[in-house]
Amino acid sequence: MDIVRPILQALFILAVPPIMLGVIVKTKAQFAGRVGPPVLQPYYDLAKLLRKRSVFSRTTTWVFRAGPVIGVTAPLIAAAFIPIGDGDAMVSFDGDFLVVAYLLGLARFFTMAAALDTGSAFEGMGAAREATFACIAEPAFVMGLLAIARANHALSLSGFLGPSVAAHWPHDGPSFVLVAAGLFVVMLAENCRLPVDDPSTHLELTMIHEVMVLDHGGPALGFISYGAAVKLFVFAAMLIRLVIPITEPGWAIWLALAGGTIAISIAIGVVESTVARLRLTHVPAFLLAACLLCALGVVLLVR
Amino acid sequence: MTASAIALLVLVGTGVVASLVPRWPGIAAAGAIAAAALGIPAAVAVLGEGTAVEHRLAWAAPIDEVRIGLDPLSAMFALPLLALGAACAVYGVFYLDRARRPGVPAAVLNLLLAAMLLVVLARDAVVLLIAWEMMTLASYRLVTYEHGDRAVRRAGWVYLIASHLGVACLLALFVLLGHLRGSFGFAELAARPLGGGAAAVAAVLALLGFGVKAGIVPLHVWLPEAHAAAPSHISALMSGVLIKLGLYGLLRTLGFLEPAEWWGPVLAALGSGSALVGIALALYQRDIKRALAYSSIENVGVILIGLGVGLWASDAGHPRIAALALCGAMLHIWTHAMMKGVMFLGAGSVLHGTGTRDLETMGGLMRRMPRTGALFVLGAVAIVGLPPLAGFASEWLVYRGLIDGGLAPGGDAGWILLLLFAVAVLAAVGALATLCFVRIIGVALLGQPRSAAAARAHESGAGMIAPIAALSAGIVVMPFAAPHAVAGLGSVLAQVARVPLSTAPASSVLAPIAWLSLALWLALAAGMVVLRRLAARSRADDTWGCGYAAPTPRMQYTSGSFAEATLQLLPRMLRARISVRREATLFPGHGELVSDRGDPFTRSAYEPLLDRVGKRFAQLRWVQQGITYLYVLYIAATVVIALAIVAAHDWWVAR
Repeated sequence: MDIVRPILQALFILAVPPIMLGVIVKTKAQFAGRVGPPVLQPYYDLAKLLRKRSVFSRTTTWVFRAGPVIGVTAPLIAAAFIPIGDGDAMVSFDGDFLVVAYLLGLARFFTMAAALDTGSAFEGMGAAREATFACIAEPAFVMGLLAIARANHALSLSGFLGPSVAAHWPHDGPSFVLVAAGLFVVMLAENCRLPVDDPSTHLELTMIHEVMVLDHGGPALGFISYGAAVKLFVFAAMLIRLVIPITEPGWAIWLALAGGTIAISIAIGVVESTVARLRLTHVPAFLLAACLLCALGVVLLVR
Repeated sequence: MTASAIALLVLVGTGVVASLVPRWPGIAAAGAIAAAALGIPAAVAVLGEGTAVEHRLAWAAPIDEVRIGLDPLSAMFALPLLALGAACAVYGVFYLDRARRPGVPAAVLNLLLAAMLLVVLARDAVVLLIAWEMMTLASYRLVTYEHGDRAVRRAGWVYLIASHLGVACLLALFVLLGHLRGSFGFAELAARPLGGGAAAVAAVLALLGFGVKAGIVPLHVWLPEAHAAAPSHISALMSGVLIKLGLYGLLRTLGFLEPAEWWGPVLAALGSGSALVGIALALYQRDIKRALAYSSIENVGVILIGLGVGLWASDAGHPRIAALALCGAMLHIWTHAMMKGVMFLGAGSVLHGTGTRDLETMGGLMRRMPRTGALFVLGAVAIVGLPPLAGFASEWLVYRGLIDGGLAPGGDAGWILLLLFAVAVLAAVGALATLCFVRIIGVALLGQPRSAAAARAHESGAGMIAPIAALSAGIVVMPFAAPHAVAGLGSVLAQVARVPLSTAPASSVLAPIAWLSLALWLALAAGMVVLRRLAARSRADDTWGCGYAAPTPRMQYTSGSFAEATLQLLPRMLRARISVRREATLFPGHGELVSDRGDPFTRSAYEPLLDRVGKRFAQLRWVQQGITYLYVLYIAATVVIALAIVAAHDWWVAR
């Protein structure tokens, strides 16, 4: 099992994330009374993008190519720290949740730099907004994980998102509920979902992430889309491990994770179908609310 | 020890020679390299063995002997000083105008290095103060190198005044210590630490006096002015080493006092404030070097958080947390010296290539200056604290100190909450730093040239790139070397915390970071290769203008617009002051927009205060008549009054 588990985990991380995008789109289509594209459409899109020819802007430099590369490698490495299935994550050490936050920060740094590399006003605008919202989302994310860690007295993601969470729910439930709500908001914001950002349209002045990658095409865009899916999965998997605490080892955990991934995707789809996008000037207040929820979660635990 | 004394002499000697041969600044630079070659092994040896050596030199005035020595704390600060000093000296040879007697500033630079070295080597307060003053004056001379410029003269003036207000506190501090202990020698002062109310006064004086140099908010106002005005290699040296000597002085002085409970919390609180305010003000600077200077204030804040939490934890009996936080602070002192070296020297090359410090007139420099640009991006990623580079390794240790303290079972609720919120502060600072440095590299290096000067920019020569490359190599290697590097800090920790602390926790905590860095480098290389394969069939075209056919470089996001959204989130006091005046007519008329990006503390606190003080002092102008014999009279009167006070005191004691 010791050799099989990491392989299974790696396969899960590599294969599952795009399906989340498919489920979200399907849910939204159902809400709108449409049939929608097949659930596996993101995989077809990726396969298509990787085979396409590229166009690079004459203005750009190596930074423009580093953006997609780091945008896919950093989330993939971050996903290796998430406990998937039974037992620990592929990699685990004390404080690894900060490494996850910083790896996602590295991806954000280069995505923004690549956007500015094009010299386009639109992409600069997206980068500026991404940077602004990250300033509030980042402390919320770290504080939320700190609260869970504090409850479990463990310092690694495998330690505090593993089976021990279940034992702490009865006692620390109120705090966990607050943190789960805060992390859900952070997930929406960090993955450019409504009500912060609208991933389904390009080229509106309210766009954030999509407008940053406007000039990427072909394989580079494939890298970015895949990286974005992996990043969404990283957040979703952490939420699932917090909200669906399963103690008995074995296949139940794998099933819970797979089911949870679908459930979270549907939840995002429902949010996207029922909630209107916030005015940009109101987004910071929305994120500050998440920050406060996570901070309250911490305060409730320190007695 | 002898080696560092020789290093001192080499620095002074080559400086003198260079000032005599002003056309050959290379002599001074060779001296700086030789000093580094001599001093670094000596410092490493002292760190490794954990021993202290002291030399006494009989010298009549102003005290009976001059005492210099090298102990682990000195050695820790001497290392970045000598290394960065050599890099900056080499850079300066190629950076400064050949036609303007470059040997003179090179000689002053060596004098500055010697003074800074003497600051860390001094073993009594008088030598320390003399070296401190030499350091201030030498750096003032270098800050005002471009003294034809009015802004530079003003910056130098602010620097001189701030430094001397600080020195006034230091004089009071050492007079107090010397008076109560009967000696200025560090060994005597450390042997009998001062306690009680006098210790509190001394600690506050040290915090004020050394805090000015360290750039702790709100004592930082000289720092952005001076760093922007100075030639870039001097900015690098000041930011990388000189301001850290403020921290050295603070740590050294705290060693003369009995540990008090409030030190740790106060240092950590000042650190959090400096980090947040520093990075917030860095966000909207148009001057690239001012932005970097504010980022130095932020980094001093991070170091102070580490020091504060470390002192606090060792006081409360948590050796593991203390070791992590203190090692993090020390390592950050080293890594920040390298990172700020790269950033300021890189900014210098940009200034050299384009002739401007204004971000709005740069742009697209990565194409014109590919080597400098790549190293600058590397430095930016490192200074934000992102993996896999040096900044992450040191910030990781500070983080781990906070987290391990905050997540330990039990404990005092207040202390735990403060530690956990400090983690959130560091996370917010990290996100703000990302914005700040993406903005700098994005506006300066990427996109299209924003001015004719930027379009004509030229790449620097090998002499300027080599020092930056050497420091960058340090940044890349540091995550791998850090577990071994912190192992050598045990004796420094023991000196600062005054209890033996094991560095083993810090080394073991850093070990996974080395693996992470390796994995990340390999993954990035693999990803780059794969993308190159997949995108082999590519063509070049214009950036898509979203249907607009004639985009111009002026339509790019500017440095101001990039930070604008975040500025709205800052407290009103910290924002740039922007005033718009528009004529209210039916047809477009004359309009005016003024933005003031000056330091808010200068603007709303120091300037009004100093203005009022200045007006009061104007009433004393009759004292200054400019007549020589009047001044002789003043001196004589002062001496008579001083003698009278001493006589009265003796009479009082005798009674």
